[in-house]
Amino acid sequence: MRIPRPLVSAMLLLALTACGTDAESAAQSNEIKVGLLHSLSGTMAISEVTVRDAELLAIDEINKAGGVLGKKLVPVVEDGASDWPTFAEKATKLIRQDKVAAVFGGWTSASRKAMLPVFERHKALLWYPVQYEGLESSPYIFYTGATTNQQIIPGLDYLREQGKKRLFLVGSDYVFPRTANKIIKAYAAANGMEILGEEYTPLGHTEYSTLVNKVTQARPDAVFNTLNGDSNVAFFKQLKSAGATAESMPVLSVSIAEEEVTGIGVDNIAGHPVAWNYYQTTETPANEAFVQAYKAKYGQDKVTSDPMEAGYNAVYLWAEAVRKAGTTEVEAVRKAAPGIALERPEGLVTIDGENQHLYKTARIGVIQPDGLIKQVWDSGEPIKPDPYLKGYPWAAGLAGAK
Amino acid sequence: MNRPRGMPVLRSRVLTSIRRHVPFAAVAVVALVAAPLLLEPFRLGLLAKYLCYAIVALGIGLAWGKGGMLTLGQGVFFGLGGYSMAMYLKLTEAEGGLPDFMGWSGVEELPALWAPFANPVFALGMAVLGPVLLAVVLGTLVFRQRVRGAYFAILTQALAAAMVILLVGQQGLTGGTNGMTNFFELFGQDLADDSTQRGLYLVVASVLGLLYLGTRQLVESRYGRLLVAVRDGEDRVRFLGYDPALVKTVTFALSAGMAGLAGALFVPVVGIISPALLGIVPSLELVVAVAVGGRHALAGAVLGAVVMGYAKTAFSEQFADGWLYLQGALFILVMTLAPKGIAGLVGRLRNARAA
Repeated sequence: MRIPRPLVSAMLLLALTACGTDAESAAQSNEIKVGLLHSLSGTMAISEVTVRDAELLAIDEINKAGGVLGKKLVPVVEDGASDWPTFAEKATKLIRQDKVAAVFGGWTSASRKAMLPVFERHKALLWYPVQYEGLESSPYIFYTGATTNQQIIPGLDYLREQGKKRLFLVGSDYVFPRTANKIIKAYAAANGMEILGEEYTPLGHTEYSTLVNKVTQARPDAVFNTLNGDSNVAFFKQLKSAGATAESMPVLSVSIAEEEVTGIGVDNIAGHPVAWNYYQTTETPANEAFVQAYKAKYGQDKVTSDPMEAGYNAVYLWAEAVRKAGTTEVEAVRKAAPGIALERPEGLVTIDGENQHLYKTARIGVIQPDGLIKQVWDSGEPIKPDPYLKGYPWAAGLAGAK
Repeated sequence: MNRPRGMPVLRSRVLTSIRRHVPFAAVAVVALVAAPLLLEPFRLGLLAKYLCYAIVALGIGLAWGKGGMLTLGQGVFFGLGGYSMAMYLKLTEAEGGLPDFMGWSGVEELPALWAPFANPVFALGMAVLGPVLLAVVLGTLVFRQRVRGAYFAILTQALAAAMVILLVGQQGLTGGTNGMTNFFELFGQDLADDSTQRGLYLVVASVLGLLYLGTRQLVESRYGRLLVAVRDGEDRVRFLGYDPALVKTVTFALSAGMAGLAGALFVPVVGIISPALLGIVPSLELVVAVAVGGRHALAGAVLGAVVMGYAKTAFSEQFADGWLYLQGALFILVMTLAPKGIAGLVGRLRNARAA
């Protein structure tokens, strides 16, 4: 069988012209387009959709208050599909075709790493809202989540204060856990703590009886958990059935927030500590308004979490920088951003001029039987971001060949 | 003796030959001249990506459509090609130092495996020969044992899964889940430059065109007939004294080589390679694309890859929230209305017109 080739060429031509026609008409002068690029499908969707929703809420609120520079913000939403190359492609599309003023997006480090060259090359702005492993500082990315010295190191300080000196490290097999554990090991060596074991499982792994056996046999004082996603469900279930309790062996997690607690099942995880910068229960006037507005828009049963709050903040911080710059032009916004300080749901945040991360307050919380998280410790004041851990002598050499 | 009668035969042969090549030439002109002139650089880059997938699809069309070997693991070969190219690019940029991801993965000196990839000839050679060798080894083992049908498909799929686990686990060597990205230049050309990307597009389109012509020639040769015969009656071919395992291994290796070359071209075009691009899902997507285009015709396989690539982009841009359903619906629609794909549908329409 042979297809008539003129038809093939006709179809190709059709496809090609179709590609060309959807170029947008010139941007209307009373609107500012911004891109929202999160995974709306695939494994990460369950987490990233909530961040997207929080960003949409911020855009709504800003528009209701009169917009930015007298213009309305118009979100252009794209799906990163839990696939890193897709993030790079959609970022290019938002920048080149939609000509958005800024993009708010990403969750996994892999998606950020994939988008980084796109933003650097087009000199466009990405606002990244999730805690991450540090050792990065791109001039075209603003990081509104915590870097390691605002989450992992405070978490370790907390464990040390509690007298937990023998740790077991459990993580998913990708960049964030591996880099985090590298930092944890250096911290432990410098602070007289002992690492009894370090185990990784593939993302999405759900068979944890062997690992739980290893952990319980090592009898650590505490477990430092960097597992991500579904794996936590299986891990905590099997840990509980092995008889480990939050009292005898607390598991400190850095990737489990309010949203994930329901998925894991409160019964399995109640009593265990987590490290973040924000909880739904954080007591600030701005948070009361945020939680109320979020529930009013998306449903009373919804919860708010740290990455959602960081995404919500990102839109406000960018808008503030645009107001200060008087334009959405990228270099002007970058120049205006350092020093901007806003009272946000997590308290005061300030954009650091050197590395474009935020000053953030670290908070340790304990998961309550109602699924919310109660703060038990905080750093007292916002911590200066230090992605390369320059202020920590024990971390010298961790940044690697840069 | 019959010289006077030779002329018309010759003329008709020339005519058939022209008639055969005109459509191809028309597509070539559209692809090589019209597309670079008409499309914005971003869209041209996307088309270059679809054409890379089309090269893999051409290989699947050969192995599955003509040879009956349903390979669900072409991503593995694509990945070997892509990673070879990525290693070369990372090493030229590191200029004797370490690639960026090794720094944050705790690797302090360049792994021995990486060293030879600093040489572009070696890297490009491995991009094609690596997949070919793997396919030859695998094919020899599998086809000699007369593993075929669903068992062969499952085996290739398992290979894709294993490859992903291997790449993710060896973060210091491969960049783990992140893969490798942030490439700056290829042979001294700035990859961010629109003219470099246009040049790359032309290279990809030309490679696809040449491979298509070569594969078509091959399929129409004695070897091609043998391949189809193996597909339709392997035992009979064996009784006739041929070695079906050899024919299949060669074909499988050819399709692997094409996938490897496609991977090597893909990396500078798209700017990233990661395990997500070569696991079970992307390997299946390519087979689906070939099915949609029509696996029995090589042009159908190529067309399918371009159509499905374009559909994915268009649907996901228009309906960010539910585009996967549309993509699935398109597949179901084509498969129910035209079980032999777009190419089959076109053939049917033409037959109806001729009758």
